[in-house]
Amino acid sequence: MIEPLFSKDISGCAIVGIINTKGKPIKGDVITEAISVMHERSNGLGGGFAAYGIYPEYKEYYAFHIMFLDEGIKESVEAYLQEKMVLVKSEDIPIRKKMSFLNTPILWRYFLEVPQSKLTPKITEEDYVVSIVMNINKRFKGAFVFSSGKNMGVFKGVGYPEDISRFYRLEEYEGYLWTAHGRFPTNTPGWWGGAHPFALLDWSVVHNGEISSYGINKRYVETFGYECSLLTDTEVIVCLLDLMIRRHRLPIDIALNALAPPFWSEIDSMEKNMREALTALRIVYGSALLNGPFSIIIANSESMIGLTDRIMLRPFVAAKKDDFVYMASEEAAIREICPEPDAVWSPKGGEPVVARLEVQI
Amino acid sequence: MKIDARGMHYRELNERIHDAVLKGIKEIDIVNVLGQRYIGTGIGEKVTINVYGTPGSDLGAFMDGPVINVFGSCQDVIGNTMNNGKIVVHKDAGNVVGLSMRGGKIFIKGSVGYRTGIHIKAYKDQCPVIVIGGKAGDFLGEYMAGGILVVLGIFGREKDPIVGRFIATGMHGGTIYIRGSINKSHVAHDVSIEEIDENDLSALKNIIQEFCDAFGITDPNSILSHQFLKLRPKSHRPYGQMYAY
Repeated sequence: MIEPLFSKDISGCAIVGIINTKGKPIKGDVITEAISVMHERSNGLGGGFAAYGIYPEYKEYYAFHIMFLDEGIKESVEAYLQEKMVLVKSEDIPIRKKMSFLNTPILWRYFLEVPQSKLTPKITEEDYVVSIVMNINKRFKGAFVFSSGKNMGVFKGVGYPEDISRFYRLEEYEGYLWTAHGRFPTNTPGWWGGAHPFALLDWSVVHNGEISSYGINKRYVETFGYECSLLTDTEVIVCLLDLMIRRHRLPIDIALNALAPPFWSEIDSMEKNMREALTALRIVYGSALLNGPFSIIIANSESMIGLTDRIMLRPFVAAKKDDFVYMASEEAAIREICPEPDAVWSPKGGEPVVARLEVQI
Repeated sequence: MKIDARGMHYRELNERIHDAVLKGIKEIDIVNVLGQRYIGTGIGEKVTINVYGTPGSDLGAFMDGPVINVFGSCQDVIGNTMNNGKIVVHKDAGNVVGLSMRGGKIFIKGSVGYRTGIHIKAYKDQCPVIVIGGKAGDFLGEYMAGGILVVLGIFGREKDPIVGRFIATGMHGGTIYIRGSINKSHVAHDVSIEEIDENDLSALKNIIQEFCDAFGITDPNSILSHQFLKLRPKSHRPYGQMYAY
């Protein structure tokens, strides 16, 4: 698991997302069918899924999905979790054991509570959980927390996404929001931890493209205590979102504007209030700007958001049907699971598509 | 001849199309198409391929003669480096329509994504033509070297402009016709914006007539009677000195 498989191939990558805005459950097979239509966009070096609403019985607890290189490191991490958190339940993540993949790690999940004694007025529960995740990923060699939100989970590995779905028995899960990714690694290694989605708390991101500004973005989030340890650029998007939206309390639309702001030439031609606001945003959050080609689907427990780079260097299509909103790299992936949408459209570069959950889950 | 493409991999589908063309079949209907790439690629015969569904990217790449009718929307890069023939799309198309196209025609009833007609070029009697019935995204005619691009703006999302930003960036040949008005600040500096003349109108008449015939639009004059703008590069080599000085 820890030996990354270095490769440099032509770029592809597939992303897809579905949300039912009324919170109705969707089975794991549905998203698997959609992503498998785009098989050609992946090369078997990474596939993964994020699912929301899948642990209703444990929805009060943080669900950690952790991959371990061996039993030894698992014991060390479990001792650390016992010390830092309240362990409610621990079990192996159900898998089809007969399916074999390259360097399959030990996959385990933990439902955890934060001991109130650990919190101070300055450290919120979520800050505390983020610090635990960062600590394990950085200090425990051979262990990675790849999912840490409530009532959600990430399932990923080195393989085609449809095979990864079967491996994790995703047809047995139901959630109101799913995202999926098929990977075609270009600049960074194909390994279990490097598959998408990347997640922190209930944020998850799937990404097609590459972030040319990674160095700037990474150094910026590091000044706020985040550590990027998964050897791939997408991870930094999760950190930026957590920083701007959870810690700095920016509204989602404004945070997205910081990731993909209008060009200066456009800002200059805006009316005064907008011009001043966007100028301020670009100055304060200049280091959050994502440069390079990308289309991404961001999710949390309340919403699913699609966004491309400002000059549309990666494809992105959205569609609507009744309570469902779909987003994908290719229209064919949407039509596989929704043959006749009410509307299908290609958003403009940098124009976010936001689908919000309309009920409390 | 009819091929049911449901669940079929693109390799098998394209082999069956090529086999049929070799056998001399002149018209092929492909139903239940969903995401299969490269349909019609590299075919040099004058055949007709009717596609029902949502074909995958690179439809009609390198093709040199066929007519492809798509009864649905297309994804990215249709008509990639196409040399001759015609692609008729009854809904929308994605990004990079007609990449480096050098001949033939692409008619799209609806709207298109970014970079339509990127680096299309004309040579001797070869002149590629792309007509968009709806709206076009940013970078229309990027690095355009020859041929004709027409954007009608009749269909598509009401709130979208007829053409997006960065129009004709790097254009150094060919002509773009836009029906209606555009934001001139979005047009590249080395490109002129002119009124059309009689020669333009007669060229447009033929093109619009063929476009209307393709989609059963009965009144081409209602399209033609509207104002058109013409975009042309100001010089043959606008970037000739860019790296030398």
